[in-house]
Amino acid sequence: MSFSIKKQGEIVVVDVEGQLIVGNRQELKQKVLDELERGEKKFLIDFAQTGYIDSSGLGVLVSLSKKIREQGGELRLANLNDDLRTLFELTKLDTLFQISDTRERALSSF
Amino acid sequence: MAASQLPSLHAGLRVSLQVDIPSDVAYIERVVDLVRHPCAELAFNKHQLALNVPVALSEALSNAILRANNESPDKRVRVRAEVDTMRLVVEISDEGVHFDLEAKTLDATDAANLDREDGRGLFLMRKLMDGVERFDVSGQLSGNVIRLTLTRA
Repeated sequence: MSFSIKKQGEIVVVDVEGQLIVGNRQELKQKVLDELERGEKKFLIDFAQTGYIDSSGLGVLVSLSKKIREQGGELRLANLNDDLRTLFELTKLDTLFQISDTRERALSSF
Repeated sequence: MAASQLPSLHAGLRVSLQVDIPSDVAYIERVVDLVRHPCAELAFNKHQLALNVPVALSEALSNAILRANNESPDKRVRVRAEVDTMRLVVEISDEGVHFDLEAKTLDATDAANLDREDGRGLFLMRKLMDGVERFDVSGQLSGNVIRLTLTRA
């Protein structure tokens, strides 16, 4: 499991490869917070290569969303598969995040 | 794969496994894979393999390691799983103080709780499993056993 970060224009794109769980959530949080501290405002987290997410992973996404908003920025999510979408619907977090079906749609939504 | 399509050789199979781990969250993913593998062999459906089993088990392990055992290097977590063509039953035992599972009723989907960072673990276990029970570890003054049950679909 790992996270890769790249810039597409003025958008920071984070790919979550493998699981987003209690054992690695801090790594994701710190990487995004580092970018936020550098002045980045627009973030896209892409789950196309993600396995499963636990409640700690969901919690980090909620926390990052709040911190980015506090800095005047925006966070979008993309490429949730059926099971990840079910997870977001069960927890009603689908109402808290702006979620796009594809990376391209997410990028053009900023 | 529907139950009626189950290969006949699976009919009498039952897989049992026991895993002991230190109180370290780095072990969670490995244990999830160990329990998920026989579920896949016995044709649990793809959503149960990708969502119900890994997320609910990850939550139970996380609670045992972080909350019950407080990540103590002196305490361990034991996982016992039995899988057959009907169901998965997995028990996660910790060495923490007893607690009342039924008293923990936070609704993670309540509007007031939506932007909380925590509080979704037990909620997800209950949503993703057919049964979530707690017992005292037999014959001990401390220690909890969380039993998760999932009927194969």
